[in-house]
Amino acid sequence: MSWFIDHLPAVLSLTWRHVYLAGVPLVLGLLVAVPLGWLARRYRVLYPLLIAGTGLLYTIPSLALFILMPLFIGTKILDPVNVVLAMTIYTVALLVRTVADGLGAVPDSVNQAATAMGFGRVRRLFMVELPLAVPVISAGLRVAAVSNVSIVSVAAIIGVPQLGSLFTDGFRRNFMEPILVGVVACVLLALVFDLVIIAGTRLITPWQRTRRAA
Amino acid sequence: MNLVLTWLTDPTHWSGDDGVPHRILEHLTYSAVALVIAAIIAIPLGLYVGHTGRGKFLVVNIAGAARAIPSLGLLFIMVLALGPRLSGDAAFVVPCLVVLAVLAVPPILAGAYAGVEEVDAGARDAAKGMGMRDVQVLVKVELPCALPLIFSGLRSATLQVVATATIAATAGLGGLGRLLIDGLAVRDFGQMAAGAVLVAALALVVDLAFALVQRYAVSSGLTGRRAASRRSRPKASADSIPITIS
Repeated sequence: MSWFIDHLPAVLSLTWRHVYLAGVPLVLGLLVAVPLGWLARRYRVLYPLLIAGTGLLYTIPSLALFILMPLFIGTKILDPVNVVLAMTIYTVALLVRTVADGLGAVPDSVNQAATAMGFGRVRRLFMVELPLAVPVISAGLRVAAVSNVSIVSVAAIIGVPQLGSLFTDGFRRNFMEPILVGVVACVLLALVFDLVIIAGTRLITPWQRTRRAA
Repeated sequence: MNLVLTWLTDPTHWSGDDGVPHRILEHLTYSAVALVIAAIIAIPLGLYVGHTGRGKFLVVNIAGAARAIPSLGLLFIMVLALGPRLSGDAAFVVPCLVVLAVLAVPPILAGAYAGVEEVDAGARDAAKGMGMRDVQVLVKVELPCALPLIFSGLRSATLQVVATATIAATAGLGGLGRLLIDGLAVRDFGQMAAGAVLVAALALVVDLAFALVQRYAVSSGLTGRRAASRRSRPKASADSIPITIS
């Protein structure tokens, strides 16, 4: 424990970097996945293409993707942008299917009722379909959040500092404590991400709460 | 991109113990060993849990929680903990294989469990009604019906293992990860990027191979792959009736 207490400020600053590297891609990924998921649902031909395409992206091992990013976007290998973009790709890969399936799970009767009430296509999407798809999308987002937190730590190998740096430093010095601290911090961070998403989902889907209470 | 092509087309990189073919073979061997060990543990366990419903809560939560554990950290903990007790290459090969297998268990377990769990209750009842014993129901009905989800569990475990075997090179394991890690050590970006391309290609090829096996292993009654030809059959027999009469 003594190492942890002595290095608390350093661990905290690594944690914040970790939050940034894992969290920003979640937001970016969601912003990209919603229109893609909508396209996959709206034009049936695109569904298998988008699902298979994003599925292929997900097969690329993280370390390989981190190293290949500079080739695509011309950054330096140590640039955190590589990690943010790579994680965004993984998030999109996980979420496109979830968004498409979530929108698909909205009952036809609800959509018809909205149309009959005079909702245009755009207003119906934002005020009826997307809100109703929130529980499904949020389930996918939780999976993405937890796996992002875990995958980001791999970036320590190429020298991008975050909680994973505790693993590489500890291993290099044959010192177990930093590694254990890093693992615990990663798991706790994943839990926090999970709880934040659950809380956010509850906040924007009040009808789910009343249904559960009734 | 040129750096990658230059590296990949250099014939000296394609022979010997640190040549690409040998590295690919190592990568595939480690991954396969870990997957087989994990499958031997996880598939029977998942089938049992799905069939009996016992330990359902545990399986679902282990699969979820395992995703949160950073594989790099687990890898280093295992190598530091087990390494000193083993000698020679085993000091890092054994801990790495243990971690790879441990990481592969939760997705396979979840797939096998969910596969059996989601079998149509009608199919299960029909099998019992036909006089099948419990084991027969599991092996002849539930297992074949669960294959699609078992495969999806196996495939996500495979991706996990191939990716983690890559980063296991930091702990001294062979395989394609060596190209990335050794390239990083000497700042040879060409080698790193070439290694990354090869790893990505390997992951894709392995996944496609699984998809192909799945296509032929899963009953066409589940996939509907031959549904079109089956649908046309009654029509054909209806046409043939007048011919046999006349």
